[in-house]
Amino acid sequence: MNGVHDMGGLQNMGPVEYEKEEPVFHAVWEGRIYGINRSLRALGKWNLDAWRYQIELLPPADYLRMKYYERWLRINEQLLVKHGLVTPEELATGSAEPGSATAIPALTAAVAAQGLGYGIPASQDLAEPQFKIGERVRARNMNPIGHTRLPRYARGKVGAIVRDHGVYAYPDTNAHFQGENRQHVYSVRFGARELWGEQASPLDSVHLDMWDNYLEHA
Amino acid sequence: MAEHKHDHDHEHQAVPSDAALRVKALESLLVEKGLVDPAALDLLVDRFENKVGPRDGARVVARAWVDPAYKRRLLADAPSAIAELGYTSGQGEHMVALENGPKVHNMVVCTLCSCYPWAVLGLPPVWYKSAAYRSRAVIDPRGVLREFGSQIDEDVEVRVWDSTAELRYIVIPERPAGTENMSEAELAELVTRDAMVGVSKVAAPGDKP
Repeated sequence: MNGVHDMGGLQNMGPVEYEKEEPVFHAVWEGRIYGINRSLRALGKWNLDAWRYQIELLPPADYLRMKYYERWLRINEQLLVKHGLVTPEELATGSAEPGSATAIPALTAAVAAQGLGYGIPASQDLAEPQFKIGERVRARNMNPIGHTRLPRYARGKVGAIVRDHGVYAYPDTNAHFQGENRQHVYSVRFGARELWGEQASPLDSVHLDMWDNYLEHA
Repeated sequence: MAEHKHDHDHEHQAVPSDAALRVKALESLLVEKGLVDPAALDLLVDRFENKVGPRDGARVVARAWVDPAYKRRLLADAPSAIAELGYTSGQGEHMVALENGPKVHNMVVCTLCSCYPWAVLGLPPVWYKSAAYRSRAVIDPRGVLREFGSQIDEDVEVRVWDSTAELRYIVIPERPAGTENMSEAELAELVTRDAMVGVSKVAAPGDKP
């Protein structure tokens, strides 16, 4: 989706504001929603791509206005309702409806103590790579309305494969529960001038991680 | 319920305090429904506030500085090399180490969300997740670096890494001059979070960063 989350290359967003001695969480509620988020993800009802897409669906003005963990709060509420784990009435009252099912938390303290991952692991599946290291490639010009990890600023641009990272689930289908569609992910190097024109340094580059489906031979 | 408790008197605080109340209500609802274990929340908060953080990444960098064989392993297979020091991100989020040198400066961003090498740096600071950083890091990296006080010479390549997939990048900064006699533990003290994201360099001891 061509949303405001796709920020690479936007201008007029102001200077980078730096906080010295920044705390990990700025308020108790930030830590709690962080933990709630990870606990709910552990239920396995939605994957990380679906989670990211839910954030991208926030109305643009809300997305820009909200603090980071406010977005997490909003989308966890939405995902809970969307997946039938909580009713809108329960969210409004803060209490379970009489007779509602009682689950067992997927993420107990004992499980959390083992350490846990968060991303989507590389797949051990063998998939044939469509591109070779050193090969020139063009990022496809595509504008899906759904989830994608191909930023607008790279679409249509020509780069070169510098590394093959192995096989990963394809976000554009995985986010919509249409299958993992596993394929190779590569580091692709784009010259800064290819992306931004003459104003960029001729030496500089931007590397993006790109799935087979984002690329075509150039 | 709680949302009507506070009025419009402090508009600039209304949003966060509302969030605090909503999170509290949500947690109690989810605990009641058996979807969340509050002890797991306590544990996660404690882990990120007190256990996982940039000190971990700094140990990885210091080891790479003093042990060339370790650095080679780190550059070739970061997850295994990082696991040697006892750090793991569990499933997912494959770490990649990027080495700075006299002619290359690496810098990490996630333009689409907030992907960050939390397994060795902890949770990202607010600036890393901000619209300002996410938008500018790819189009004006040298301008961003200057704001961080990092002057990168014209003849040095700035390589920006946009974390668009499940790879998570950590920068191995250049070891500063004058540190030849320092121990690995002393070196680790010099390495900052910002240097491992690639927005600054590691200052020599006694230098102003």
